[in-house]
Amino acid sequence: MKDLAAITAFAAAVGGLTLTLDSGVWLTFIMMALYASLLAQSWNMLGGYGGQFSFGHALFFGTGAYVQAIAQSTLGWNAWLAFLGAVAAATCVAAFVGALTFRYGLKGSYFALVTLAFAEVFRILAVSVDFTGGGVGLMLPLRESFANMQFASRRGYIGLVLGFVVAAMLVTSWLRHSRFGAQLQAVRDNEDAARAIGVDPWSVKLGAITLSAAFMGAGGAFYVQVFQYIDPGLAFGPVSSVEALVAAIVGGMGTLWGPVLGAAVLHLLGEFTRNLFGQLPGLNMIVYGSVLVLIVMFVPRGLSGAGRSLRDVLRGRRG
Amino acid sequence: MCCEGAVAEPLLSLSSLSIAFGGLRAVQDVSLQVAPGTLTALIGPNGAGKTTLFALMSGFLEPDAGTVRFDGHDITGQPPHLNARAGMTRTFQVVQPFAAQTVRENIAVGAHLREPRRAAALAAAESIARRVGLAPLLDKPAGDLTVAGRKRLELARALATRPKLLLLDEVLAGLNPQEIEDMIPIVRAIVHGEASSGLPGGVTVLMIEHVMQAVMNLAEHVWVLAQGQLIAAGTPAEVTNDDLVIEAYLGHGTAARLRGAAR
Repeated sequence: MKDLAAITAFAAAVGGLTLTLDSGVWLTFIMMALYASLLAQSWNMLGGYGGQFSFGHALFFGTGAYVQAIAQSTLGWNAWLAFLGAVAAATCVAAFVGALTFRYGLKGSYFALVTLAFAEVFRILAVSVDFTGGGVGLMLPLRESFANMQFASRRGYIGLVLGFVVAAMLVTSWLRHSRFGAQLQAVRDNEDAARAIGVDPWSVKLGAITLSAAFMGAGGAFYVQVFQYIDPGLAFGPVSSVEALVAAIVGGMGTLWGPVLGAAVLHLLGEFTRNLFGQLPGLNMIVYGSVLVLIVMFVPRGLSGAGRSLRDVLRGRRG
Repeated sequence: MCCEGAVAEPLLSLSSLSIAFGGLRAVQDVSLQVAPGTLTALIGPNGAGKTTLFALMSGFLEPDAGTVRFDGHDITGQPPHLNARAGMTRTFQVVQPFAAQTVRENIAVGAHLREPRRAAALAAAESIARRVGLAPLLDKPAGDLTVAGRKRLELARALATRPKLLLLDEVLAGLNPQEIEDMIPIVRAIVHGEASSGLPGGVTVLMIEHVMQAVMNLAEHVWVLAQGQLIAAGTPAEVTNDDLVIEAYLGHGTAARLRGAAR
């Protein structure tokens, strides 16, 4: 219930800010920070609460993005229907990858590498088959209306992505207060101990990866609606995978607010570096990488756990 | 009467269980039974294969040969979580807490096996914690507990699954004499019940134990494992006077020498 109040307050604050701000730069900032939050929250469900570190979340992102684009442009579906299809497709891909990897008990770096490999396989597939438009990618016609899930103002997109972020928060809150979440965290902390007391690691992890993928797929679909364009590199390349995991780790894995905080801080940093150094491509990734290293070294619990890490340092304990 | 004196079907029954790791035959042709409602101990020198045998019973390892029957079903090779669902829960010699979570949350994971609702599982966790003396530590992270605290947590988490058969792997190891004194009545109450602690009893316990004081005190029946084979079985007094058992612990020929010295 405490979570629910906090989530409501957060949504109200962001909504209020969006309505009062008139600067396009700041509205774009809010939109992109929320979008990054969504990816980080998705990653956090599997990585933070399940302890399964995926390096290939772009797999679900790209699947969502392509299904959203193809369903609208090639098949002529309604955008909202396409969105449902995008989320469903990302979930199915996750179920397939999860069933396979967890069936064979892949953990830690092995799981990370396999997810990375799957994303890369999908990227190559997206380049080589026809219905994705190959390396050229797919364009969506710009038709700004609610029915098309496209908005003339940033405010419309912010409303949309805020809805996704709030939904992800509610799911995360549910993970913190439910049997499924308790079992998931038990598997994360000690798989053998969890098995001994009746937890089936396979089905729990499978549940987590599909849940996580649903939100990552929504992120991909959102991306397509905003930019009306997708190509194999954007969809399945490492950018969204890295964005998702860095924001979650920087903010604090396995927490409700960490991913949102991490995404906001990283995007602020990104804006500053862009102002200082101009539009050097890839510069924000350098910043992300450096921040990640610093956080992992000095604040292992992430920004939202910084207070506790500091207390431990003052007490002379290792973090 | 036809059935007078007929032995009730054992809750757990192993027949000719064997497993080898490469050339090492860790468990060879072990058959044993555990009757419902009893407290049985499995003892043996280090490396005898006791923990391996536990792993075979609970499904963490699959035997090369032999069968495991539990509660009337053949469960050979069935994964651990299904065995826990069927009512057999094991603890670990090296305690395995969910370190990042509180004591309450740890025990609640066990309670969730039979209780889908979070609030009810947390309430069950609290009442079990009280019974095993963990009540003051409920909100501490499990990683902050002492060894004695962790052993109790291990026990509480397993109890929370409401098992029919509890496999305790050295819950007393690493405890000081006072802590052992405190723990023995808890283990007894798990089997036989005790009003003051609120433990209803009725759980069958098979325990691996090195602390002989506890074995002598608690166990009704003892199985002795050495080098992967059962070498003796009986009451605690019987097995501790068994030449084979003494020699398994102290070396070949020692039983006779000890008797000579005593004379």
